[in-house]
Amino acid sequence: MSQVQSFAGTIDRREFVSQLIAQCPDVLIVSGLGSATYDVFAAGDRDKNFYLWGAMGGAAAMGMGLALAQPDKSVLVITGDGEQLMGIGALATVNAQNPTNLTIVVLDNGHFGETGMQHSHSSLGTNLTAVAQACGIANAYQVKDMSGLQQVQQNVNERKALTFAQILVKADDLPRALPSRDGVFVKNRFRAALGLAPF
Amino acid sequence: MSEVITPTPAWQDQIFNVLKEGGIQQVSYVPDAGHAHVIRRVNEDPAMRGIVLTTEEEGVAVASGAWLGGQRHALLMQSSGVGNCINMMSLLQSCRFPFLTLVTMRGEYAEFNPWQVPMSKATQGSMELMGIKVYRAEYADEVEDVVGAALDFAFEGGEQVAVLLSQRLIGRKKWLRN
Repeated sequence: MSQVQSFAGTIDRREFVSQLIAQCPDVLIVSGLGSATYDVFAAGDRDKNFYLWGAMGGAAAMGMGLALAQPDKSVLVITGDGEQLMGIGALATVNAQNPTNLTIVVLDNGHFGETGMQHSHSSLGTNLTAVAQACGIANAYQVKDMSGLQQVQQNVNERKALTFAQILVKADDLPRALPSRDGVFVKNRFRAALGLAPF
Repeated sequence: MSEVITPTPAWQDQIFNVLKEGGIQQVSYVPDAGHAHVIRRVNEDPAMRGIVLTTEEEGVAVASGAWLGGQRHALLMQSSGVGNCINMMSLLQSCRFPFLTLVTMRGEYAEFNPWQVPMSKATQGSMELMGIKVYRAEYADEVEDVVGAALDFAFEGGEQVAVLLSQRLIGRKKWLRN
């Protein structure tokens, strides 16, 4: 562990997520398993939330499938650094499709929060924003304080550019907020909110 | 670059037509020679979206997102890619997402490369362990019907379905270039 770096995220993840969703009332959300799913639910349950409880590494890819299917709606993936790292190749796949209505928000605390706060690669030298940029996502940036919320919500609502936003959040251990774990229910509720039949 | 032009087998055209007529709008893939024609047709069709993947499990997630948003998706891969998908397939079972994948087989018929064989032997069983119904097309004249049946079972029956396209069907890979 010679490369452990200080990782000084200061943003309150729950506050960031809650304010972002409040400013994007119609957005379709896919949340990555673990803390990101809890953060999204803690901001208030919505029919247009799809909470992942597993399928680690799949959040960005799932959000892309949704964004391509609903090109006139804003789609927001909210996930953590560990989840995104497991699906890191999806950043290249998403870039190749370039859905301008997709925003990927990575709440980066540099740790695997669900499993004992082990260091993740993002606090061991990997710069996720640089990875996203190197995958071709031009509108990829870091957010270091709450003032960056404005740019993220603007990207979500305008749907003009595929966006990757790395939010440097505090590595704290918050109380869990647990949404439904019934995937069929959440799926059908989400589809109904889009006017689609259950199934 | 010179390329040997060989006529496209009818079954490959039939697969594209089944997907098109079955309302598939997204087709993701890690390429394989046996899928090359369908991939080309998809990428030429303005009403379809071809999605190249870095690993096959992405396709399982993209397919689920597509269905969440009201579109039908098909994942094309070769047998070696099935193993990459296993945990992601829990998404299909947990949420009962309709799912269609077409898998070109390696490692089973006149295979030259032994490294293809272990995953080939485990392809059908591993998908069945993950709750996926597996069909198989061994000969050209059954491909259209089997793929059509799989598509209906997935998107009308709400199932998770794979079609294995046999290595015998695809033909021997030419290893020596003259």
